[in-house]
Amino acid sequence: MRKIVAIFFLTIVGLYMLSLFAQIPFGKPYKGVSEHYVERGIVENRGSNLVTSIVVNYRGFDTLGEVTVLFLAATGLSFLLFSCKCLREFKRIRSSLVLRTATDTLFPLILLFGAYIFIHGHLTPGGGFQGGSVIASGVMLLFLAYRSFHVNHKALSTIESLAGITFAGIGLVGLIYAKSFLANSVISLGQWNKLFSAGLIPFIYIAVGFKVGAELSGLISDMISTTKED
Amino acid sequence: MVFFAASLLLIFIGLYAALVKRNLIKIIIGLSIMDTGVNMLIISLGFVKGRTAPIISLKDLFKKGSLLVDVSKVVDPLPQALVLTAIVIGVAVTAMALSVVIRMYSVKKSIEIDDFKELKW
Repeated sequence: MRKIVAIFFLTIVGLYMLSLFAQIPFGKPYKGVSEHYVERGIVENRGSNLVTSIVVNYRGFDTLGEVTVLFLAATGLSFLLFSCKCLREFKRIRSSLVLRTATDTLFPLILLFGAYIFIHGHLTPGGGFQGGSVIASGVMLLFLAYRSFHVNHKALSTIESLAGITFAGIGLVGLIYAKSFLANSVISLGQWNKLFSAGLIPFIYIAVGFKVGAELSGLISDMISTTKED
Repeated sequence: MVFFAASLLLIFIGLYAALVKRNLIKIIIGLSIMDTGVNMLIISLGFVKGRTAPIISLKDLFKKGSLLVDVSKVVDPLPQALVLTAIVIGVAVTAMALSVVIRMYSVKKSIEIDDFKELKW
């Protein structure tokens, strides 16, 4: 009965939404603000990756807000699970030799790959958010392989706060030395398609990478610490 | 068009799971599927047929003799920029929901929604 009602309701809403979206032309050229971002993106920012130059420069203030949302979610999670041994009847099991050996080999490589992704955020696909997530996945592998693995929460929150302050501080530098918050023209923009280019974008994305990596690692650590050790 | 239909299908599969399933973990899986569907919908709004990704690493994407990019060769980067942050926020929100489930489990030792009747009216 419940399923039939749900399917009936969802079919009605779905058909309505499909007819709504059918009116939007699919795969047609775009106009407006996107056109400006694409056409003048290289001239104004010198970053090859236009998505990055939108996320960090044109909509950098928006990204500062998104980073804050991530921070709030992490804070809420640690508030809910703080020193709670909610799952203490579950023991962490001993991992196999294969997992431990693979972790020892792969963890430095995963860390390096994450750092590569966020350092090259303005040149190749990826950036601070993706690189931070890759680093956090490496930390998760360590948690899976070693049951007594601990992260230093104080160090993590220090890294997180410093990265957040760096982001806001770079924004304020733009406010003081150029015309607006998060302005990109404070230092030389450099040449197109070089590592040291795109003004302040790589610095902001490195800060975001550290922040996201530290935040997601702390989140995983909070969730795993509810189980019984040993 | 087929992208719109497919992503709407994903959204409604997720919504169905959230409405019908009784297990809290399955409800959260449904919410994650919905998240993916919404991201795919936004991305497909910026797709333009026959154009390349908005990463300008080749010289022939420029207009002749300048650093201005030829708009007719690149897809819309704006929806991709919006989705990029939304994915990470989605991960954080899923983790937050799972931590609520851990808390609820510690009270009743169950993650079936039928066992939580205190808020029912």
